[in-house]
Amino acid sequence: MDDLRKTILDYVRREYIEEGDDRPLGVDTPLITGGIVDSFSMVSLKRFLERKYSLSIPDADASPEAFDSVEKIAVLVERLSAVRS
Amino acid sequence: MSGTSVAETAEVSAWRVAERELGWGQGQPYNIGWNLTDRNCRLGLARKTALLWEGSDGRERTYTFDDLRVLSNTVAAWLQGHGLAPGERVCLFLDRVPELYIAFAGILKLGAVAQPLFSAFGDESLGVRLANAGTAAVLTQKKHLPKVRRARAQLPGLRLVVVVDADGASLGPGEVALSLDAEPRVDDFPVFPATPETPSLLHYTSGTTGQPKGAQHVHGSLVSQYLTAKVVLDLRPDDVYWCNADPGWVTGTSYGIIGPWSNGITQAVLDAGFSAERWYSFIEKRRVTVWYSAPTAIRLLMKEGRAPVERHDLSSLRHLASVGEPLNAEAVHWSREAIGLPFHDTYWQTETGCIVVTNLPGMPIKAGSMGKPFPGITAAVLDPRTHEPVGAPGRVGLLALKPGWPSMIRGYWQNPEGYAKKFANGWYLTGDRATVDPDGYFWFVGRDDDVINTGGHLVGPFEIESALLEHPAVAESAAVAKPDPVNMEVVKAFVTLKPAFTASPDLELEIMNFVRKRLSPLAMPQEIAFVASLPRTRSGKIVRRVLRAQEFGEPAGDLSTLMED
Ligand SMILES: Nc1ncnc2c1ncn2[C@@H]1O[C@H](COP(=O)(O)O)[C@@H](O)[C@H]1O
Repeated sequence: MDDLRKTILDYVRREYIEEGDDRPLGVDTPLITGGIVDSFSMVSLKRFLERKYSLSIPDADASPEAFDSVEKIAVLVERLSAVRS
Repeated sequence: MSGTSVAETAEVSAWRVAERELGWGQGQPYNIGWNLTDRNCRLGLARKTALLWEGSDGRERTYTFDDLRVLSNTVAAWLQGHGLAPGERVCLFLDRVPELYIAFAGILKLGAVAQPLFSAFGDESLGVRLANAGTAAVLTQKKHLPKVRRARAQLPGLRLVVVVDADGASLGPGEVALSLDAEPRVDDFPVFPATPETPSLLHYTSGTTGQPKGAQHVHGSLVSQYLTAKVVLDLRPDDVYWCNADPGWVTGTSYGIIGPWSNGITQAVLDAGFSAERWYSFIEKRRVTVWYSAPTAIRLLMKEGRAPVERHDLSSLRHLASVGEPLNAEAVHWSREAIGLPFHDTYWQTETGCIVVTNLPGMPIKAGSMGKPFPGITAAVLDPRTHEPVGAPGRVGLLALKPGWPSMIRGYWQNPEGYAKKFANGWYLTGDRATVDPDGYFWFVGRDDDVINTGGHLVGPFEIESALLEHPAVAESAAVAKPDPVNMEVVKAFVTLKPAFTASPDLELEIMNFVRKRLSPLAMPQEIAFVASLPRTRSGKIVRRVLRAQEFGEPAGDLSTLMED
């Protein structure tokens, strides 16, 4: 797993999963449809990504589908970073 | 009985008709738990599907009305065996798993009071509500156990924590596993002989000041919920009904449990977060016919456009309704075009227990209007000073209801002063402002207090401000609504910092997450403004009104009143 995916995964685990909650979490685990991150919590996750990677995620890209797994988020971050640089 | 015959008998009283249909006064039990389960079996529906359940991981379960009857008996007997008594509060702190729906009926059969709480609540939101209710037992899932454990450390009265999916996990003192699949089924349980006035449910709702209030419902609410579900949601025997509300909020109990099942209707439940694809697939696969949703969900679907609608066969849908926030005209037009059916707006609140103002099926819809009072409900717009009906159409005033319909709450838990404040001049004040047009349609204008309605959920500014103050960097705080294209309103916080701290984007995110974990994702400020000072009255009270007006681009009103309190 690359750094980007690891950083996002660690953040999700730290911020959205209760200690003692032993459900497995991987890069492909559904976050939104899986009930780990809801549409309100998505706002703080989006904010984290924007800060960490100096990006601005347009509303159109911040859909529940695009945030539904660490892998999808990483792909989004990679795409937006490529556009920027 | 069709909707029309109810309207015709409105003068006689719609509620008497419902009582007759339920066999009330003829020896039929009033207990809601019995009415949702045993009554259907007696009516010949034992083998009919009651619950079509689907989990986030795609797991599926199906339960018949006889399963509901036996399993709710099992829960009732189990709780009784563990020392719980009628009148005690039993909290349901569960995702939308089958156990939630079954235990709800079981708790009522025992004569205990069900206290459903949104499972996304954080430590503080959970703890405050359990402490206020003096809750004796909590039913929960393994994944929520850490929150329950932390809350319980402060709650000596909380005797029992029941884990419905323990699956061999190690449990602590006072924690017991209950597996409905493994537990021996109880065929007979002596259902508590509730009267229509016996307490049934405690639903917590947020106000402007102070901590949330426990809205106290009674078994007699069934009459209103049964009738409005049948007439407003147009439920018919062959329907597959989907209410996407969580039973942590009143829609999820009145119309996500009691309404459909008291009518013997099959309901579908999806325990998964929002995704347009997943929701449309669910409707298609389950052949959902009647769907009760909310404006925020509809706007989220609108955002995804027509393409996902067209990828699915939604032809099973026959009737759509919405609740929780103003249903904007665009949403009505959109669903008419995209799905081929308009959403019917319905208006009500935790305190009313049932839909009170509504667009009945077949009634011409004025897009953007909440509709007309349900037969059996008297509604009016009152002058805020005299509390007399404004008389003239189009004048803005307080939306009020004549008390006395069956599902009206009987009080706020241990808060008679708070309840007394809800009445004036013989009217129940909803706390909302509205107008009536010359055709008798009601139009929502706004709330008459500082409560924030985000995505159809009320959050109290006081709770958010208190949580903010617990963060080490925050000196003072104010929480107000900020307009939002999807959620109607979201929370925005204004804070002043303690001297040792400086505002930064990282601090903002840290405080957001802090509030999210203490209260809930809904209550998390989506924006924090770090300011040098907050507007105050001369007596020192923070004036949210000025900040809110700023967010909405409205005039702040007469600033000289800032001198008053
Ligand atoms: N159809 C509707 N139109 C406008 N506001 C609504 C509607 N339904 C519910 N509300 C708002 O939500 C409040 C009830 O929230 P709750 O008690 O949490 O169900 C009402 O007092 C209104 O402010």
